[in-house]
Amino acid sequence: SPCFGLRKDTSDDLRNLSLSGHVGFDSLPDQLVNKSTSQGFCFNILCVGETGIGKSTLMDTLFNTKFESEPATHNEPGVRLKARSYELQESNVRLKLTIVDTVGFGDQINKDDSYKPIVEYIDAQFEAYLQEELKIKRSLFNYHDTRIHACLYFIAPTGHSLKSLDLVTMKKLDSKVNIIPIIAKADTIAKNELHKFKSKIMSELVSNGVQIYQFPTDEETVAEINATMSVHLPFAVVGSTEEVKIGNKMAKARQYPWGVVQVENENHCDFVKLREMLIRVNMEDLREQTHTRHYELYRRCKLEEMGFKDTDPDSKPFSLQETYEAKRNEFLGELQKKEDEMRQMFVMRVKEKEAELKEAEKDLHEKFDHLKRTHQEEKKKVEDKKKELEEELNNFQKKKAAAQLLQSQAQQAGSQQTKKDKDKKKVFPFLPKKWRAMLSL
Amino acid sequence: MERSMEPPAVPEEEMMPLSVAPSPAGCQLFGYVGIEAVLDQMKIKTMKTGFEFNIMVVGQSGLGKSTMVNTLFKSKVSRKASQPGQEEHIPKTVQLQSVTHVIEEKGVKMKLTVTDTPGFGDQINNENCWDPIIKYINEQYERYLREEILITRKRKIPDTRVHGCVYFIPPTGHWLRPLDLEFMRRLSKIVNVVPVIAKADTLTLDERAEFKQRIQEDLKTHAISVYPQEDFDQDPDDRVLNDLIREKIPFAVVGADQEHQVNGKRVLGRKTKWGIIEVENPAHCEFPLLRDLLIRSHLQDLKDITHNVHYESYRVRRLNESNRPGPSPHNGPPGKGGDGSDL
Repeated sequence: SPCFGLRKDTSDDLRNLSLSGHVGFDSLPDQLVNKSTSQGFCFNILCVGETGIGKSTLMDTLFNTKFESEPATHNEPGVRLKARSYELQESNVRLKLTIVDTVGFGDQINKDDSYKPIVEYIDAQFEAYLQEELKIKRSLFNYHDTRIHACLYFIAPTGHSLKSLDLVTMKKLDSKVNIIPIIAKADTIAKNELHKFKSKIMSELVSNGVQIYQFPTDEETVAEINATMSVHLPFAVVGSTEEVKIGNKMAKARQYPWGVVQVENENHCDFVKLREMLIRVNMEDLREQTHTRHYELYRRCKLEEMGFKDTDPDSKPFSLQETYEAKRNEFLGELQKKEDEMRQMFVMRVKEKEAELKEAEKDLHEKFDHLKRTHQEEKKKVEDKKKELEEELNNFQKKKAAAQLLQSQAQQAGSQQTKKDKDKKKVFPFLPKKWRAMLSL
Repeated sequence: MERSMEPPAVPEEEMMPLSVAPSPAGCQLFGYVGIEAVLDQMKIKTMKTGFEFNIMVVGQSGLGKSTMVNTLFKSKVSRKASQPGQEEHIPKTVQLQSVTHVIEEKGVKMKLTVTDTPGFGDQINNENCWDPIIKYINEQYERYLREEILITRKRKIPDTRVHGCVYFIPPTGHWLRPLDLEFMRRLSKIVNVVPVIAKADTLTLDERAEFKQRIQEDLKTHAISVYPQEDFDQDPDDRVLNDLIREKIPFAVVGADQEHQVNGKRVLGRKTKWGIIEVENPAHCEFPLLRDLLIRSHLQDLKDITHNVHYESYRVRRLNESNRPGPSPHNGPPGKGGDGSDL
């Protein structure tokens, strides 16, 4: 008999209790954060932009360091993604930063497929995580997360509008990754042009339905700064690791004959805003959105594609594993069926061919027999003929013998004949002696 | 999964352990980036979503379980089984009762669920009285697993899994009883078991020390791994701290929910004819240690071990079993043996 009974105290359901003293669980956020610090954080940035647009320089500037990299050439046959990982440490925070670069983006004559390697890379990272999650024996808590948390899309500073490549690429990426559009090399655009350019870009994004990353405004602590910063999208940035003396301080800047563009001067460019948004305010939200939104979407689509369904709560639930096994068996069964079918067809064909060949063989045999018979008949005929001829020859020989006998008899009684012979010889001087004899000349 | 894991589509992936750390003098080599702000970002997010904590108390009736829970959380979390003037009802079989409350402290919200187990160990024949408890624990794992494998899953899966099971040992002063051993042996395989010596005010300090010693030996002899388990120490620092804790468990606790006046201060305690036992006085009892362990320092760790170890073990067992059809014995979801012996 079942001895288990769970009685929920329904009257007390989720009532708020007041505490009469300090319990101490306010340390929970610290406990949680301590765990994360000892393990370290992963943050993965994807930089999409044409060759030479300043992706590497911007990364160096953002993270205040020099990441090792070779400048790319413009001869790439297609777009390929290059990922490099670094370990950065600031106070007690260890950051495992991965920067993924799109090498060769925008260089080809035919850019139809340019977005594909990027989408494939992003999907591959989701897939790797999904595979780990679906394993029976898995270790998610120390999994090195390679999923892209932020995609910085570098827009060329043309001053006009977005290129169609930009629109197409961003449209393909917006449901898979958090896109933050930035205008690169913004020091080539005048201030008044910049404002128009930004408006044009944002309206084009909206009218094409491109979903860029929304800085979260639901938490009061960050709502204000996020709202203020959003207005300045796309951020017009300038990157530089060179330092120039400004007043009595050294600052990151680009020196021109006509002036100095200071990277961290908010009047000159939006670099500071980008750093604030990307790192100092929303890094955790970018990670969270990647996991709870983009990854979940990928996972759902992938599993649905494979034929999995959620059952309704009343019916017997089945586990992913069971369904997977069932599907696998089904698939194997189909394979087996196909194999059997093919084998049957093969056997049938073989039989047919065999029959054909037998027929042919029979024909050949018949022909052969026929030929043989014909040959034998011929042979017989020839032999008969031979016999005939031999008989004739025999007869002839007999006749010849008889004739010679007659001739010798005639010679004895015919020496008078010699004069005649001589004459005859004179008459037939060329006949051989034998013939004379035969003809009695 | 059937097909082999495809490596991420990156033709060149270079792991460069280029460590850019600030120079030892403390000033940044290149400049401040602001990466450490991510810690605050995380804290804010977790405070917004709130925390869940599920604790189970197991022990015979009259050992002070409800009082202990109320003392721990400084509020009337559990209603005491025996109210003055009422007959205490001891159920004939083990009944599990769960009560959920939301408590808040300094902006941190916690959804606390306490599961009580009246009837445990109270019968004449207590064979298999742990079965309903094991079944309950496994059912919570099952619930979580079902949510986790949905195609469209919730943003935050509700966590009803038992993070810690406080086991109340009667203060006999001798050895662990067979029931105690059996229970702890079975349960420590599927949940974090925190044994405590209940009503420790009946033991002198010497008796207490001896009792603890024997209990520790007993646990070792029977290879029972209670929380904090040695196998799960993360790093050397953890190990040092946990070794200290392991030397002191089981904590000898006294529960009290009434305040008394001692030396001009109001303290929680039990008033007896021979003195007032101050619950929060480390010289009197080890309640503060228990509270610190469960709440102030190791709460997240209890949850992490439940999630990363116990839940994962359950999941492995469950996923392996569903490939083998056929019913399985009495306890909980299919395939789980009554005594966890199929581990």
